[in-house]
Amino acid sequence: MHIVVLTKPVPDPAAAAERLGPDLRLDRAASPAVVNGNDEYALEAALKLMEAHGGEVTILTMAPPNATDTMRKALAMGATRGVLVTDPALAGSCVRSTDEVLAAALRELTYDLVFSGFDTSDGNAGVVGAAIAARLRLPYLSNAAKIEPDPEAGVVRVRRITATGYDLLEAPMPALVVCTQVLGEPRYPSLKGIMAARSKEIATRSVADLGLEGAVGGAVATTAVLDSQKPASRGATRVVRGTAEDGAREIVELLESRRIV
Amino acid sequence: MPRFWVVGEANVDGSIAKISTEVATLARSLAADAGAPDDIAGIVVAADPARAARELAAFVPRVLAVADPTAEGHAWAVPTAESVAAIVNEDADGIALIGAGPDGRDVAGTLAALTGRGVLANAVGVRWDGRLVVEMSAFGGNMVTAEPLGSAGEVVDHAPAAEPTLPRVIVRESVAEAGAAVPIEEARIIVSGGRGIGGPDGFELVRDLASELGGAVGATRAAVDSGWIPYSQQIGQTGKIVKPQLYLALGISGAIQHKVGMQTAETIIAVNRDPDAPISEFADLLVVGDLFEVGRALLVALRGRSG
Repeated sequence: MHIVVLTKPVPDPAAAAERLGPDLRLDRAASPAVVNGNDEYALEAALKLMEAHGGEVTILTMAPPNATDTMRKALAMGATRGVLVTDPALAGSCVRSTDEVLAAALRELTYDLVFSGFDTSDGNAGVVGAAIAARLRLPYLSNAAKIEPDPEAGVVRVRRITATGYDLLEAPMPALVVCTQVLGEPRYPSLKGIMAARSKEIATRSVADLGLEGAVGGAVATTAVLDSQKPASRGATRVVRGTAEDGAREIVELLESRRIV
Repeated sequence: MPRFWVVGEANVDGSIAKISTEVATLARSLAADAGAPDDIAGIVVAADPARAARELAAFVPRVLAVADPTAEGHAWAVPTAESVAAIVNEDADGIALIGAGPDGRDVAGTLAALTGRGVLANAVGVRWDGRLVVEMSAFGGNMVTAEPLGSAGEVVDHAPAAEPTLPRVIVRESVAEAGAAVPIEEARIIVSGGRGIGGPDGFELVRDLASELGGAVGATRAAVDSGWIPYSQQIGQTGKIVKPQLYLALGISGAIQHKVGMQTAETIIAVNRDPDAPISEFADLLVVGDLFEVGRALLVALRGRSG
């Protein structure tokens, strides 16, 4: 079982210092970088399947050159190797460039499954997985709460969370699966894992290596950030103390004055 | 050729999803602002699109009903995106709009790859300014008011994309679970519980309040991770981003990771023991007290009011 997990370094949400720079691009120096939280869940799901079925887990990242630092953490969790697509031309990439680059990098790899996280905490779009699957014509199974590959039958079964419950999906492999947190908490790297990660391979690819020169990156972005502002202030908070009935009455009065009930 | 396309989603019973009527209403105002109030149409892809197409036609002047047998028994987003791509690709300036739920995301991503066009996700504001301008917060989610047209639009049958090129994913079984009556992306009112709820039983009160207010149940990551409530109800940076009219937060401290998922709610009311919890800095009203006592008193007050 060979699984490729898409992982992205993002500003640490816990530092709460995410911001755009004067060029309206993400200011990556403002916060420490971590592996995107939802990608860690995808990686954990992949590692469990590798432990059960054997095989390898490759992490695939598109990011600036210093992403190797966060990739080492994913390798310390147990991934076999990493591939980093990095190129100055990719700064300011839109979703279209991102999925085109990652699809091209996947064409160079062999895999049974590709996993992506539900979304990233810096971009929030959650559409790159679907776009990659379409570009590679892979079966696309999203919102996975359970992933059961059947290597002998060559199929994967996924429990997909829906608005009203869940669907049981089935598709031939290779396929792309979007993972959710329901799959289970990511592990912490062990000391042994951290030591082993130091010598694991991280291959790098440029835009030219992927044959995409001029076709991708900030210069040909389909979308642009025009402006960035703080949300309007909400005004002062009214604080109510007293009995539970006092509190309930205050709530109902506010709901009525704003015509919510 | 219409410039604005609304991708309609159907509910399990074949009716149009509420979020699609909201998107249609938004698209209509965009088309008017763009000076092309007639350049707008809906697209409904389903094995039997008739009912959803007819209902969407109450909101837009024209709806293409695409009867695609592979939309049933298979994951819906990919066949839908293929048909929508074939229609939208006829017009280089076409703009497709879809609700930001899980199916909408799947369609948007697939459609972006099939058309090579840009995609803007989780819009909290959309306007026309000589071109499409979208407000996203890293922390979006969209909720607009739905308003039907004066007279119903026409429904036109349209053939599905000629040659399906993307693989269909089989749906072996569809299972409905209790407690997911109102999807939180569509809810006008959300009653949400955090660590302070203390356990799965505590969510009974949250459900009762949500039901009394006609809203949905939400939760923080701490409550979901504790197994008290399904992940589908999680709100925040690693869950869903919502913009309801009312967000009633019970036992939620308001840590930044949760705040980014709900800070654009119109009205935020919090009940918390701790007057200094972070939510005290951005709620409209904070009731300091035991959430169960205040919650039960509120339930009594609301029931007394409606009775």
